[in-house]
Amino acid sequence: MDFTFSEDQYLFRDSVGEFLRNEVTPERIRAGWESPTGRDDALWQALTELGVTGLTVPESHGGLGMSAVDFVLLAQECGYVALPEPLVNTALVAVPVLQAVGGELAATWLPKVADGSARVVCGLANNQLAEDAHVADLLLWCEGDALFALHPGQFTARANASVDPSRRLYAIAIEPGVEPVLTGAAANAVGGLAMRRGALGAAAQCLGLAQRMIDMSVAYTSDRQQFGKPIGSFQAVKHHMANVAVRLEYAKPAVARAAYSLFTDDPGAQRHVAHAKLAACDAANLAAKHSIQVHGAMGYTWEVDLHIFMKKAWALAGTWGDSGFHKACVMDYLMYDDARLGATGTFS
Amino acid sequence: MDLSYSQKQQDFRAEVRQWLAEHVPAQPLQTFDTAEGFAQHREWEATLNSGRFGMVTWPEALGGRGCDLIEWLIFEEEYYRAGAPLRVNQNGIFLLGPTLMEYGTEAQKARFLPRMATGEDVWAQGWSEPNAGSDMAAIRARAERKGDKYVINGQKIWSTRAVWADWVFGMFRTDPDSQRHRGLTFILVPLDSPGVTVRPIPQLDGLPGFAEIFFDDVEVSEDCRLGDEGAGWSVAMATAGFERGLMLRSPARFQETAKRLVELYRENRASADRDPAIREAVMQAYLDAESYCLSTYQTACRLSQGGKIGAESSTNKIFWSELDQSMHATAMSILGARAELWPHAPDAAGVGSWLDGWLFSQSGPIYAGTNEIQRNIIAERMLGMPR
Repeated sequence: MDFTFSEDQYLFRDSVGEFLRNEVTPERIRAGWESPTGRDDALWQALTELGVTGLTVPESHGGLGMSAVDFVLLAQECGYVALPEPLVNTALVAVPVLQAVGGELAATWLPKVADGSARVVCGLANNQLAEDAHVADLLLWCEGDALFALHPGQFTARANASVDPSRRLYAIAIEPGVEPVLTGAAANAVGGLAMRRGALGAAAQCLGLAQRMIDMSVAYTSDRQQFGKPIGSFQAVKHHMANVAVRLEYAKPAVARAAYSLFTDDPGAQRHVAHAKLAACDAANLAAKHSIQVHGAMGYTWEVDLHIFMKKAWALAGTWGDSGFHKACVMDYLMYDDARLGATGTFS
Repeated sequence: MDLSYSQKQQDFRAEVRQWLAEHVPAQPLQTFDTAEGFAQHREWEATLNSGRFGMVTWPEALGGRGCDLIEWLIFEEEYYRAGAPLRVNQNGIFLLGPTLMEYGTEAQKARFLPRMATGEDVWAQGWSEPNAGSDMAAIRARAERKGDKYVINGQKIWSTRAVWADWVFGMFRTDPDSQRHRGLTFILVPLDSPGVTVRPIPQLDGLPGFAEIFFDDVEVSEDCRLGDEGAGWSVAMATAGFERGLMLRSPARFQETAKRLVELYRENRASADRDPAIREAVMQAYLDAESYCLSTYQTACRLSQGGKIGAESSTNKIFWSELDQSMHATAMSILGARAELWPHAPDAAGVGSWLDGWLFSQSGPIYAGTNEIQRNIIAERMLGMPR
């Protein structure tokens, strides 16, 4: 029993995290809002050079062969800076989907993900819209009982504006005559895998987003003075932020366990991911609610950076399985006669 | 990361499970807030100790097993799974015991620990005073040094288990000119000393689970001082420290409550589903109990690898106390019109022990540092907000 991340995993997170904090500034994110694609080729190139786009690609295909457990700490860092680029989607969802499909598709595209020559993203019809379809060299699209591997030109993408201007979302219509790469049970299994992976990625990003909003709120309330002292010295303000810290602290191990369960193909993985997504989105939503409150009117402005992080948290709450989807998963288990409940039911 | 139990851990679990199956009383004991129930629980402590299960983390020389924190969690899981009795000497074995091991002299360890382990000495705590509750540094009870004795005068209150306990530990002001947390000394006092008056205070259930203790020129020998004179605050902080706090409420207790709640919901589904909030609350109870377990394992693993307790541990008490309250509130909602009935009422079929648990859950956000104080600690020490 060792429920800790390794020294190496933390070191890796710290080094990539430092890069992200230096490079992915609120100014750079705002610049992206004004650009037609909303994506920053120079940043993606730099991430490629760091090797992070190919982290989860197997070593045999030129990647680093890292697992969901290795990547989940990094996904939190992506949340902390509200990274607009689809790194979490590519590494945590698209790459495992390619691996699951295998064959020529994997052999062709995994090396390109690893060397940064192609962007591959995955979308689910369950999410209604696909993230980043406009910049994808390959869009893996799960719809009904079919999985498509779509090249530009094989689909039309209708843009939909999100509350988070960094998110670029598209309704996908496949051109006639395009055949799926998988159908039936095999496609369903890959769709389920994509959903679990995507939900874990959203949950991990929500942990980072919540931490960022706490940090911003602590800094703001330590500085802002009213009644002759920093507003952060008032208990009403402190207790708002303490409540966020409590929810965040108890969401973290749920996310770590979900990553481990995906890595080990635990039979409870779906439920563990549901737990992680619900707990992390709760923490991030509470962080947003209390952070805007303690920022006062400043928090309601476009100019103050808080909304960059609030809006991403709001958006992630509904995607990769909304709360109803994940709660139904947990509730079905609790109604199941053989559910392992009680003091000895957590670990197998 | 490896979330599987080693063979040694699995063997330990099997041993605990078997021993408990053979020894846990078939009939539940009476509550330890009655004289008879207290005696039954004292006897149970002796039984546990005879199997070296009284305090598994204690060293073998003291009747323990030198278990690490993961083994301790396994023991707790089996203990609550088996429905074994509550621990009447919790203040002693979980709080004072580890502090004695850290600060006690060899003579003190030999004198107090074995008798604590067998339940021969049951300990009460003496932190609060009428004017020192959340503000513990406002302690006024005096201990005046006279030769090799201390003479104690003053009052303690909310002393859990003090009505039938043998000893009380607490902080007393040894330097009359001192302020706040300076000049306090940690002293152990026999409750049968001349000059000690214990006045029981009935709790919400009508039973005297705690008491006031009055000290009138109570003489205590110097060898009952734990740590240096004037160092009481730091000794007490160690007692209240997280590792002890962690042991006060292991996740197993709340996971078993969550399990009973799920079962109660299943049994009463037809009526419970008329209130959609109940279904949601049952699910949240399961998830939060699970989160508490995961978090505790994570902390235990970090500590086993030499990690330090961080300020984030102060989130723990808020989390479990609010979880406990919410689980019992949900059970009360499910029980509806039967919720107010005591289990011995003739028409109270199926109410279980939820009412007792509901009453007790009201105390969680208050004792061991109110949740408001905990929130201040989180904001100031963990988040770094201004004082």
